Amino acid sequence: MAPNSSRRSGHSRRAQYSVFTGYLLAGIGALIGAGLLVISYWQPGAFADLRGAATDVAAPAGEGASVVRSGSDSFWDKTTAYYQAGQQNTALREEVEIARIRLAEAEAVEQENIRLKGLLGLSVTETEPVAVARLVGSSSTSSRRFAYLGAGRNDGVEIGMSVRSARGVVGRVLEVSRSSSRILLLTDSESVLPVRRATDETVAFAEGRGDGLLRIRLINLGINPLEIGDIFLTSGAGGYYRPGVAVAILSEKTNDGGIARLIADPSATDFVSVEPLWQPEAVESADTPIELELEE
Amino acid sequence: MERYSPAARSDRYGSRINRTQSPLRASIVPYASILIGSLLPFVLLADVMPLAPPLGFLVLIAWRIMRPGLLPLWVGVPLGAFDDLFSGQPFGSAVLLWSLTMIALEMIETRFPWRGFWQDWFSAGLAIVLYIFAAMAVSGATPTIHQLIAAVPQVLLSVLLYPIISRMIAWLDRYRLSRSRRIG
Repeated sequence: MAPNSSRRSGHSRRAQYSVFTGYLLAGIGALIGAGLLVISYWQPGAFADLRGAATDVAAPAGEGASVVRSGSDSFWDKTTAYYQAGQQNTALREEVEIARIRLAEAEAVEQENIRLKGLLGLSVTETEPVAVARLVGSSSTSSRRFAYLGAGRNDGVEIGMSVRSARGVVGRVLEVSRSSSRILLLTDSESVLPVRRATDETVAFAEGRGDGLLRIRLINLGINPLEIGDIFLTSGAGGYYRPGVAVAILSEKTNDGGIARLIADPSATDFVSVEPLWQPEAVESADTPIELELEE
Repeated sequence: MERYSPAARSDRYGSRINRTQSPLRASIVPYASILIGSLLPFVLLADVMPLAPPLGFLVLIAWRIMRPGLLPLWVGVPLGAFDDLFSGQPFGSAVLLWSLTMIALEMIETRFPWRGFWQDWFSAGLAIVLYIFAAMAVSGATPTIHQLIAAVPQVLLSVLLYPIISRMIAWLDRYRLSRSRRIG
């Protein structure tokens, strides 16, 4: 099929001019886009308000979608559970036995903890979540991994707060608007999280790879002590995340650490909670440039 | 008097007697479909890797290829800006890339005026592949080999989805031009 003849400018001066103007405007548009892109790199927060307002408007739609998503998940779960009921029953019975034993052990450990903490004079405070909300959307086409949360400044959410589900860490608040906020997920390639191994004090960085896995990089290089199946928790270094929250499980060993899978899969979570900054002073001092500190 | 068959009084846009097209519908449907296409991937929750096809972009090039001249050449600026609000890319990336795509498709059309399904799919597929990798390059993160590998399923899905999208756009085009307004 050829384009219809009205699209060909031919000898008509007017048609030629309009074609030329079209190219000119599109070219200027591309230049404007390049300019906006440069501004976005230079000042990443420059368009945060605009984006935030748009997300505020779109969040209710995402809320609806997330209700449908969790609803359909549970329907599927119920159907599969029906088919696996017999096997599951025996497996669960065994699991309950073991869980009872572990529970007793945990009680003993708790007792010991209280005693030791009493000796040290530490007071234990459970952190209250700032807000509990649904994940309403994500950047599912972009190679960056962001999610959007249905709670914002009005609910007390602030930049830098950590977001976790019942299973473990999901990410960190990057931008806040009135009733929604943007979250940097752990799998984003710009996300770095200080972690430690659950069983000992082996400290490492968990970096997102951009393909859904985390790269565990040990801080102390030497013989790689990691084993497949090791669980990593937040270490609390840096001051953003509360220590002791589950992050990832090691699935592959490499020379300088390993590759780990996420424990808290954001697409499988229903509600997430936003927790306040663990050590606001540490974050503040890390953000202050050295020159400024010298002047004061 | 000789009777006409009832089918002769109507064509695929509806009855030809006493009906006309709605100008509002004719102008709104393409833009609305592109905006909805930009918004749809936002409500999907894909945390692990980018899997959803860039629907806004797909719908844009489908309209551009199906109905050359319907969308003005500079349309990438406003529509791209809307897409940037929800895509998670740095603001300006779709403004730039969509404008460049419109110019490129216009040039392909002037160079090869005669075209068919396979050629349309080829140029659309090429545009999709280049768009996804260019969007990755301007996303603000340092591209890694893992990201490139993770993008392959998304690229394949988007390219394979194009014929279906263009069918849907053809259906929307019939809806756009259907004679819905009653005269007199």
